[in-house]
Amino acid sequence: MELDKKLNQPLAEYLKHLGDNTLILAQRLSEWCGHGPVLEEDLAITNVALDLIGQTRLWLGLAADIDDTGGDADSLAYQRDVLDFRNALLVELPNGDFATTAARQFLFDHWQLLALAELSRSSLQPLADIAAKSHKEVRYHTDRSDQWVRILGDGTPVSRERFETALNALWSYTGELFEVKQGDQALIDAGIITDMSLLHRQWRDDITSVLDQASLATPPDEYMQRGGRDGMHSEHLGYLLAEMQFLQRAYPGAEW
Amino acid sequence: MYAQMVKTGVDKLQSLDEMSARERAFQERIDADKRIEPKDWMPDSYRKTLIRQISQHAHSEIVGMLPEGNWITRAPTLKRKAILMAKVQDEGGHGLYLYSAAETLGITRDQMFEALHSGRAKYSSIFNYPALTWADIGTIGWLVDGAAIMNQVPLQRCSYGPYARAMVRVCKEESFHQRQGYDSLLALSRGTDEQKRMAQDALNRWWWPSLMMFGPPDGESVHSAQSMRWKIKLFSNDELRQRFIDLSVPQAEVLGLKIPDKDLKWNDERGHYDFGEIDWSELYEVVKGNGPCNRERLSERIRAWNEGSWVRDAALAHAEKNIHRASANN
Repeated sequence: MELDKKLNQPLAEYLKHLGDNTLILAQRLSEWCGHGPVLEEDLAITNVALDLIGQTRLWLGLAADIDDTGGDADSLAYQRDVLDFRNALLVELPNGDFATTAARQFLFDHWQLLALAELSRSSLQPLADIAAKSHKEVRYHTDRSDQWVRILGDGTPVSRERFETALNALWSYTGELFEVKQGDQALIDAGIITDMSLLHRQWRDDITSVLDQASLATPPDEYMQRGGRDGMHSEHLGYLLAEMQFLQRAYPGAEW
Repeated sequence: MYAQMVKTGVDKLQSLDEMSARERAFQERIDADKRIEPKDWMPDSYRKTLIRQISQHAHSEIVGMLPEGNWITRAPTLKRKAILMAKVQDEGGHGLYLYSAAETLGITRDQMFEALHSGRAKYSSIFNYPALTWADIGTIGWLVDGAAIMNQVPLQRCSYGPYARAMVRVCKEESFHQRQGYDSLLALSRGTDEQKRMAQDALNRWWWPSLMMFGPPDGESVHSAQSMRWKIKLFSNDELRQRFIDLSVPQAEVLGLKIPDKDLKWNDERGHYDFGEIDWSELYEVVKGNGPCNRERLSERIRAWNEGSWVRDAALAHAEKNIHRASANN
């Protein structure tokens, strides 16, 4: 399909949203490497992070192609500042304890699973292909996250309390995932992306059915934090970028 | 070479005549290159030595995740980040196979961790050095994994079945890591002056500690002699070190890097490189706990273990509840 030039800019923004979500979450997860609660889990967390970095290379690579400013996935990852990142706030939040990391992953995985299933039917073939490939990986991530919800919810009073605290603290960051921005509508009309707001109910049902298995309550929707897609981030993102982008910033133009 | 100076608990080698019938049959089996398997009878000292050696090897893999892991968040490109993540994850996987191999000898992973955390069990001295710049990551792959391969390739033929089989898989991955490390240094060596400086500096810092990974000269060590007789050590420390140096020198030349040893030169007569004196006092200090990062590495492992205890408790409680629920339903 020939892309209408008017759609380039909103599409590139949307792809950055997808790629920045996976990049920033992978960056957070990789902080766990070598520090997991048990060796198998250390490997599993790194494995998820590795999948997400692979997805990032595809999303940001496509974003760079569509941007058509001569950049590539690396220049997008390493040379933008906070204001140009389009990830949801949820993924940039610090890891906290294992329950916080597990809860964040659970909420994100279920969103990603639904979003990718829809995006794999995109009228834009390269986008559909990336979504379909990623969807296969995210199915495993979601299974693993669900399993941790059951373990932490059912395990001990300590694990249950920690998980409930984390879930409640993170809940206000979930609304943003289902926002439709101004630029999105033309893409939705062209069948390139999905109206994410239509997935919100399904997502809540999916989350609730897993929480139910661990007899945990789904938090009520109250005030929702927002701003990630507009570049209005938390203070945490700047530190994350400073670390991630250090070499590219310290040695501009070097090849690695 | 992740196990150094492994004690065997014997103070002299026994001749076949001095052995009991069972011990003799065991030694003859090894002499005939037959594998020992977990359910076979084995001398207690063989079992204990292998536990020491394999667990030390496993601990080295796990502690070795730390110096490299600390660069994952700073890797300079998405591709290098993915490669490094996969590599560090492989090291953790090696730890898993090795802990499993050691468990076949009648020890649990928790007991091995306890020995590591209390300081009774050792891990390779090399991981007590800091990874200061990105060039250290390439250099660790090239030299440290390179040195490990020297030792582990022969161990694929060692006498204990589970250890030998674990080594087959470990070696495949390690040689891949070594090539990736070298490739990343190649990029630096073709790069800017700053990158070349980084690469040379990393070689300067890692060269001698890498040579020490092979352990001190075996000399008259009864432990080495016993391990070699049991075929859980197949070449002397000095033989492996020489082989490593002979291979590494031309590789450094391709990188345009200078090995920090003024006495290094080719000896036509020996068909090997001669090299300078190794400062063994440094190795002994690092093994004693006085390396630049000993305290940090161990305390980081202990902290991760302690902070994870409530998670392990939850997983165990959940598994037990599942068993009760299943039996209540039957």
